[in-house]
Amino acid sequence: MKETGIFRNTLLGLSFILFVGALYLIFVYVPTEEGMGIVQRIFYFHVPVAWIAFLAFFIVFLGSIMYLWKRESKWDVIASSSAEVGVIFTTLVLITGSIWAKPIWGAWWTWDARLTTALILWLIYIAYLLVRSYATHEQQAARFAAIVGIVGFVDVPIVALAITLWRTQHPSPVIFQGGLAPPMLLTLLVCLAAFTTLYSLLLIQRASIKNAEGEVGKLKELCS
Amino acid sequence: MERPGSTSQAWAIEIQGLTKSFSNKLALNGLDLEVSQGESVVIFGPNGAGKTTLIKVLATIMNPTSGTVLVDGLNVKHNAEEIRGRIGVVTHRTFLYSNLTAYENLEFYSRMYDVSGRKKRIHEVVAMVGMTSRLYDRVGTLSRGMQQRLSIARSLLHKPAIMLLDEPETGLDQQAIPMLWNALETEGERKRTIILTTHNLERGLEMGDRLLILNKGKIVYQGSRQALDLAGLKEAYQHSMRVRV
Amino acid sequence: MRFWHKAIAITWKDTLSEIRTREIIFSVLVFTLLVIVIFNFAFGTSQEMMALVAPGMLWVTFAFAGVLSLNRSFILEKEEGCLEGLMVSPISREAIYVGKMLGSLLFMLIIEAIALPIFAFLFNLPILSLQIVIITVLTTVGFVAVGTLFSALAVNTKAREMVLSILFLPIVAPIIICAVKASDSALSGEPWSSLFPWLRIIGAFDAIFLVVSFLIFAYVIEE
Repeated sequence: MKETGIFRNTLLGLSFILFVGALYLIFVYVPTEEGMGIVQRIFYFHVPVAWIAFLAFFIVFLGSIMYLWKRESKWDVIASSSAEVGVIFTTLVLITGSIWAKPIWGAWWTWDARLTTALILWLIYIAYLLVRSYATHEQQAARFAAIVGIVGFVDVPIVALAITLWRTQHPSPVIFQGGLAPPMLLTLLVCLAAFTTLYSLLLIQRASIKNAEGEVGKLKELCS
Repeated sequence: MERPGSTSQAWAIEIQGLTKSFSNKLALNGLDLEVSQGESVVIFGPNGAGKTTLIKVLATIMNPTSGTVLVDGLNVKHNAEEIRGRIGVVTHRTFLYSNLTAYENLEFYSRMYDVSGRKKRIHEVVAMVGMTSRLYDRVGTLSRGMQQRLSIARSLLHKPAIMLLDEPETGLDQQAIPMLWNALETEGERKRTIILTTHNLERGLEMGDRLLILNKGKIVYQGSRQALDLAGLKEAYQHSMRVRV
Repeated sequence: MRFWHKAIAITWKDTLSEIRTREIIFSVLVFTLLVIVIFNFAFGTSQEMMALVAPGMLWVTFAFAGVLSLNRSFILEKEEGCLEGLMVSPISREAIYVGKMLGSLLFMLIIEAIALPIFAFLFNLPILSLQIVIITVLTTVGFVAVGTLFSALAVNTKAREMVLSILFLPIVAPIIICAVKASDSALSGEPWSSLFPWLRIIGAFDAIFLVVSFLIFAYVIEE
């Protein structure tokens, strides 16, 4: 237990440093982008957060497969914790995307290909979490959620493909396209690192709480 | 494929250290049991004792958490499908489709069990349970007792060597029971191996060769019918209910 | 061969049950007609408007009708523990999946075969073309491939119909999008080449999810 404590504290410290650095880079260091002005700086939040949203679902996918294979609750804990963190990040993708779109395009939502894919991903996450609450007992919840996790993950590339094709036929306001100058790239990478560290920290925290809850449940059963 | 039980195995059912746990609950706790070919074992126990779980594990629809379970010499974990072809299962739920006629239901299950000479066999099993007159009626129009009889007929289609019965007498009319028990017990010359769970102490005593009491996932009492009397068993049953295992 | 023999036996059993009660087809058909009529009132009756919204309307209708019909497929097995009856039989879980899936496919195709001419009649659109038929069949296969898996799952939960809709609709969203766009092209009289990109995606979805559902189904119905 002690080792995890040290590891977690390291992650916490690291993510703090990275975020302070990221904030500096975003608001002080990187120059203002020509086309969109100050609001473009949201990009440095939006993109990493989107990356995490997909990474988190990949972890859900892996955890789900491992759970169905090994039937050890620790895999289900990883999958469900990642889903909980992932849905938060996906919500942030949608929010930051909207905040970005409003001043640029005048509308909160523009059916941009990537945002629409994120919306469907969000719905699949919600389905994953809802299935857990509607199952009749714990093992069934874990099993059903794992199935949704696997099917959902396989579905996401197809969703992205279909929506992208749809958008190329009917181009609409796109949130961002174009190359990156070196200072922008640096800022983006630091933000990416910061958010990934944050995700890992949140995942570990949530998973350890769930594991503890599981232990308590087992002890209660033994004593009854 | 219809096949009489293999006689080369020593035991019809062999269980070693069977444990089954769900999330936080331990349903079966280190069960050991051997059942000979042709023996009938009656299992009593309060609700939650693990009777249904035991039947489900034997029927291969639940996997043991640990331990070995052999049915007709085959392992439930590795040869599940083959085992299912050799067992007949009757529970308080009939497994019958209410929109279909009795005949159609039996025809469906005879396909599921690869029964050859379907039509002939269907008439045979229906005669065994005394339902020939209602063969072409929709199951939904049959009384509960008749449906349960039909369920028993269904379970006999493929001439199984082993019967797993989970509280099968629910809803059955009393007069029919001896006839039905007879149908369950013997197939031509051969006696089937029977595992039966029940709440009804008296009835169980009439039927089984061996009697078991299950409580909290463990066997707390075993005895052969000849060696016991009704009063003695009743006392042992009540005693084990009071004792926490 | 055993596999197909048993799978088809299940499909036949479902079909027989449906012929007796006409439950699925009748209720879903009534539902479909209601949706069409309501959409008609919502969108007005101008020809241009109709041409614009018809593809979307068609596929929203079929998606919801699909959810209804898929639900009933496994509710049938829940009565009297019939699913357990299947599980203690010497039939592979995959054969159960195929049998149920083919049954649902058959019912949905019948419903669509009835609904499409009605659409064509009410909205005066060239719906009865080979292109539309191909699009419909391909998309329905995708619906049923995933839908059978999820309906077996949903029937074991506390809020069946809701769970199925929430699970099913986001997952099939991509093929609904493709079906709508392809139908739109077809109704505008465009050549097959403009349909291909969409049909390819639907085809890929079908292939992938037939395989994935086939493999995972056993995990859904186990205890």
